[in-house]
Amino acid sequence: MKELSLHILDLVENALRAGAQKVVISVREDSQEDLLEIIVEDNGIGMDEETRKRALDPFFSTKGKRIGIGLPLVAQLAAQCGGKLEILSEQGKGTRVRVVFRKSHIDLPPLGDLSETLFVLLSSHPEVEFVFSHEVDGCSWSFNSRELFRELGIEESRDIFFVPLRDWIVYQENLLREGRERESYKHRGSQEN
Amino acid sequence: MKVTSIEDLKRIKEEAQKRALLREGKAEYKVTVHMGTCGIAAGARQVMAALLDEVAKRNLTNVLVTQAGCIGLCDREPLVTVERGTERVLYGDLTPEKARQIVASHLVNGQIIGEWVVHTER
Repeated sequence: MKELSLHILDLVENALRAGAQKVVISVREDSQEDLLEIIVEDNGIGMDEETRKRALDPFFSTKGKRIGIGLPLVAQLAAQCGGKLEILSEQGKGTRVRVVFRKSHIDLPPLGDLSETLFVLLSSHPEVEFVFSHEVDGCSWSFNSRELFRELGIEESRDIFFVPLRDWIVYQENLLREGRERESYKHRGSQEN
Repeated sequence: MKVTSIEDLKRIKEEAQKRALLREGKAEYKVTVHMGTCGIAAGARQVMAALLDEVAKRNLTNVLVTQAGCIGLCDREPLVTVERGTERVLYGDLTPEKARQIVASHLVNGQIIGEWVVHTER
């Protein structure tokens, strides 16, 4: 895949297919530590120990005839870029996938269009609570989709609203890149969890 | 209009809701983007974004855009299924531009674009 944001989308798709109602997506970039870290955490069905051990085997899938290359692909990319992939999972509770890369590695693809990844996820799964945060060298912005929809009063008929929401995400991402003040919207309870 | 704050989003929401009230109706078309790893790698995200954008631009409230996993035709990705009643049309080898044309031709005018069809069921 040409962009890390596509891998993020793929990891979140796994979470959604595991029945997650809440997905936490964290992206952290640290130039001093030369680190790019992506965490996708869900409250889906989780994996038993056997499945967790085999999750990085290419062509292993719990979804019948499907191919099962999403996790192995990102694990291989992490290894190639001086990083690693870790999976923590508990059956019935959920899964946490953490991928780290060496940020300066020549083979590391760009983060890419994170806004489009979020736009697609929010639009196609409005019923799921997405908690997103992106930190770049100490500056960060974040939102909780459920709290945002509640604040905007669009708990229904959200479909008419996703294009402006994407524009807002693009604006916040651009501010973050410029190292300027960000507008965060994150449920306080979620931050404490 | 540049969207820079929650207040901007609130204003846009109010305008959008006024427009939607004029065109309220049930979803007539269900459009499913197949978004397995193979689909994502082939461009399904961009195709879905184009569909959502075009549906919003045209104020189509009778269209539900959703997503599903891989259906085993990885070499024809990105794939999109358009359903209306019992009719199912599977389009393959899509691009964002083709996705926009499907909205204009199939969803707005009811004309299936035969050249891009992989499979149909009635």
